[in-house]
Amino acid sequence: MHKEGKGKQIAATGLPKPKVQNKKKVLLRLWKYLYRHKWMLLLALFLTVTSNLLALLGPMLSGLAIDAIGTTAGGVQFETVFYYCALMVVFYVVSSALSYGLSVLMVNLSQKIVYRMRKDISDTLLELPVRFFDTHQTGDIVSRISYDIDTVNASLSNDLLQICTSVITVVGSLVMMIAISPTLVLVFAVTIPISIFLTKYMTGKVRPLFRKRSAKLGELNGYVEEIISGQKTIKAYHREKTMIGRFDKRNTDAVDAYYNADYYGSMVGPSVNFVNNLSLSLISVFGAMLYLGGGLTLGNLSSFVLYSRKFSGPINEMANILSELQSACAAAERVFRLIDEEPEPRDADGAYTLSDVRGDVEMEHIVFGYDPNKTIIHDLSLHAPPGSLVAVVGPTGAGKTTIINLLMRFYDPDSGTIRVDGHGSLSVTRKSLRLAYAMVLQDTWLFHGTVFDNIAYGKEGATMEDVERVAKAAKIHNYILSLPKGYDTVLSDSGMNISQGQKQLLTIARAMLLDAKMLILDEATSNVDTQTELQIQQAMTRLMAGKTCFVIAHRLSTIENADTILVVRDGEIVEQGKHKELLQRGGVYAGMYNSQFV
Amino acid sequence: MRKILQYLKPHVPRMSVGLTIKFIGTIMDLLLPWILAYMIDDVVPLRSVPLILWWGGAMLVCSVLAVVTNIVANRMASRVARDTTEAIRHDLFSKISYLSCAQIDEFTIPSLESRLTSDTYNIHQMVGMMQRLGVRAPILLLGGVLVTFTLEPVLTLVLVCVLPFIGYIVYRVSKKGIPLYTQLQQAVDNMVRTVREHAGGIRVIKALSKADYEKKRFADANAKVVEREKKAGITMALTNPMMNLFLNLGLTLVILVGAYRVNAGVTQAGKIIAFLSYFTIILNAMLSVTRIFVMYSKGSASAGRISLVLDAPADLAVREAEKENTENHIVFEHVSFSYHKQKENLTDVSFALRRGQTLGVIGATGSGKSTLINLLMRLYDADSGRILIDGRPIESIDDAELHEMFGVVFQNDILFADTIASNIDLGRGIPRERLEEAVEHAQAADFIHALPDGLDHMLTAKGTNVSGGQKQRILLARAFAANPDILILDDSSSALDYKTDARLRADIRKYYQNTTTVIIAQRVSSIKHADHILVLEEGHVIGSGTHEELMETCATYQEISRTQMGGGEVA
Repeated sequence: MHKEGKGKQIAATGLPKPKVQNKKKVLLRLWKYLYRHKWMLLLALFLTVTSNLLALLGPMLSGLAIDAIGTTAGGVQFETVFYYCALMVVFYVVSSALSYGLSVLMVNLSQKIVYRMRKDISDTLLELPVRFFDTHQTGDIVSRISYDIDTVNASLSNDLLQICTSVITVVGSLVMMIAISPTLVLVFAVTIPISIFLTKYMTGKVRPLFRKRSAKLGELNGYVEEIISGQKTIKAYHREKTMIGRFDKRNTDAVDAYYNADYYGSMVGPSVNFVNNLSLSLISVFGAMLYLGGGLTLGNLSSFVLYSRKFSGPINEMANILSELQSACAAAERVFRLIDEEPEPRDADGAYTLSDVRGDVEMEHIVFGYDPNKTIIHDLSLHAPPGSLVAVVGPTGAGKTTIINLLMRFYDPDSGTIRVDGHGSLSVTRKSLRLAYAMVLQDTWLFHGTVFDNIAYGKEGATMEDVERVAKAAKIHNYILSLPKGYDTVLSDSGMNISQGQKQLLTIARAMLLDAKMLILDEATSNVDTQTELQIQQAMTRLMAGKTCFVIAHRLSTIENADTILVVRDGEIVEQGKHKELLQRGGVYAGMYNSQFV
Repeated sequence: MRKILQYLKPHVPRMSVGLTIKFIGTIMDLLLPWILAYMIDDVVPLRSVPLILWWGGAMLVCSVLAVVTNIVANRMASRVARDTTEAIRHDLFSKISYLSCAQIDEFTIPSLESRLTSDTYNIHQMVGMMQRLGVRAPILLLGGVLVTFTLEPVLTLVLVCVLPFIGYIVYRVSKKGIPLYTQLQQAVDNMVRTVREHAGGIRVIKALSKADYEKKRFADANAKVVEREKKAGITMALTNPMMNLFLNLGLTLVILVGAYRVNAGVTQAGKIIAFLSYFTIILNAMLSVTRIFVMYSKGSASAGRISLVLDAPADLAVREAEKENTENHIVFEHVSFSYHKQKENLTDVSFALRRGQTLGVIGATGSGKSTLINLLMRLYDADSGRILIDGRPIESIDDAELHEMFGVVFQNDILFADTIASNIDLGRGIPRERLEEAVEHAQAADFIHALPDGLDHMLTAKGTNVSGGQKQRILLARAFAANPDILILDDSSSALDYKTDARLRADIRKYYQNTTTVIIAQRVSSIKHADHILVLEEGHVIGSGTHEELMETCATYQEISRTQMGGGEVA
């Protein structure tokens, strides 16, 4: 329904994008999400520390066991060996149990956060001005709420845990190594800076590439959505090849962006591995030297190597994690950018809540344009007293639906005032203003839910009786009964071949259920055949009694009963009056009316 | 999965090279601790510093080789992943483009979209990672076991005995995990659909102040996703600790058995130490293997969803048939059709049109008007009866040839995010002058020329930056542009005012004399001049003839006409 009356140039300009946030800010915001669950986080930290410390004791215990084995045949102290082996079993069992508990905890934690992020997106989304949806592709929004959040999620649930484990293992191993031989640890004074330098260099290089990868995938999604929803047209013109060609270009862009990110991303692992191997080589050489100099026992050297392996293992993993964090950061940034979109401005302080609306609508010197540089309504004034029927007619693109956008405050005028019951609409709460209208738009909107839910949508606590009543009035009752489950039939995108007209009737029924004092019909019946339309009109006439109605239609028969007909051209009302008066005037309206019967 | 593997086939040579390189790199990684053990056991006792340095140098060379080969191999793997994904996506998109409408109805559009996007993305990740980890991890695993085997066969056997347990756990967990991921995907689809509904229905939601309700609805979908993801995540989380536990228990067992063997004088403690250092490698490799499993289970769920589309049988095949001699351009003979093969949507429809004639179709919503043109364009096959164009049954006409005959505007037709010119042209390569003419005939020239860029004005997706009437006129221009044999207009002037509509009809009569036209309309005025009018009601033809004839014979038609034209004023 948002197709009509969007005005012309809005999408071309769009909104200024908020500045790209820097990495620190992104991380800080992610941290805020984490901090909400600080107790869980603390528990996780505790579990991590404990389970890893226990695991760290493993090599020490095994070393002690080996010492007890000794080097001579027949000289094994079996009791000591058994003792340490038993300890090892206990430690390993406890450590594994703890680490499983930790995983479960982290899954819970990360899912809480992901839930929260999605909720934040959804909450923001539904508060955004209509303009946002008129200027953004759905595919892009969807890609943020699914793909981007997934990336963040994967990173939170796996990487965070890994990072903790890594840190502890690294620190623990380091402590153990220092205990064994402080001199030999100096080897890391060479390798760690190299490691850090490499990681830093990579991060700088890879991050923009990952951002691009997200963006290109978003573009591809957008294109796919667009083309697949237009597949019938493409088929009809046999343009499949053309569209495939265009798809290929975007596909290539997307996989290339992925490859480019990978090209550098895949360097990280081997590079860090190299640093580790380097340190192993250095340890071997210097360890051997130290041994020769008598500063180290052979057993010490073995333990040292064992710990240095433990030390480097996580660092190795860390490289993978880092590249995942890269993409998580890029994704989080896109998520936050959406959350940061400017919502509809709040209602003015002490805004008036419309109640017991009489339905007196007045527009005074309205000036408006979707694009600030292109005014399409120059100076519009009209008055609709309670219970009157205002019909807006005019050539297409004259700004008829724009009037609805303004009445409903989907957009605010650049200047001029709209009054409802004498209250300026800017000083009234949006909710009460919008609820004062019932609206049937040209494009129907139904959601995945039962027929009942769809009709009862606008009125909380509507009963089956209410719904049946309006369905009968909208002449859709019999059709609904013919559906497999009647009113409980779920309207899904698949299966049912519900026609455009039937959808229209459902939305009409929905509007009929509202107790609004004002009614907006935007070419509401253009997809319903005339017989049905006639019946609906009769029902509507009953419904409209005592209400202020704004009807936008091209069918003159619909409008003949209007109290006021506004003939709009170029956003301005060129003629105003009743049907007969306008015909006698012989102006624009008369011309239009007569051309019906060429 | 098998389907996806086929896509890897052309890359087998490249993959083999990459994997070989990767293999060399991994061997280098394995070689390092071996050299270390050798240094400790055999070189150090010689107390020769140059020899130590020499072996140290060898380790350095191995390290450099490892880094270079791994990077090269990773990049090659990325390239294979890129090319594979590109090919899969291309084929999937092509396949979807050529699916019949009935098949698309069955798959549903959102599901096709997610197959093209997130599923192919999962495959991309999988193919990339599988090559990187998939080689390295097993080699480290096998290599580690092999090297330890040469060191101490009995102790290795002890460790190897533990591996089947680990394998079993990984297998069981994955088996439980994969269906959980499939369920998860369904929940995700549902959530995505909700977001789509929000974007599409924002005006209604705001008008009815249902934002809070919709937030709640999204929250429910969100909660479902979270719940299922938790379940899958927790199930899969069992693998790592269990594996660690088994390996470590195995290690303890090694020490125990080792103790007996040392006591018996069959082995030395030094061997056990070396053994332990390989143990870390094996453990890490095993961890990588689980990662592969998780990725594989995700990937194979996606692969299954993709294959389902790729394997969909070709619908609407072209069947040879005799050409008949007839003067009629379009013939429907007793055509019946049902979308769901239950209630008929169109029953026993017959009519014949000569070249250049116009058919008007009018009837209530759901009476089968749009179904009629869906059948004429062979977007669906009729269940019974025949449809002929120029005497040829449409099943015998090649898809390309058939569809190039038509210019069509559907109800709720679509505009793409592109210039107006390319929206009209649709990649058909129509000359600019012809586009201008089509625009003129579609009554769109005025507003298009008023735009700063004219025909090159960019439209947003679905044409959200033009009004409904402007949209319809661009769509009309698209239908006219290729001078079609058959013009189909399905309620395509509903947003036009009468004057424009009238001019449009006059232009069609004037410039498209040889074009056979089918007009579906709600307004009698749009079709009253048609050579032949069908009045449909619930799929049946209840009136057939010219306007004048129908005014005599068809009560329904009379009623429609009277309500629209205002009684006696009708000319």
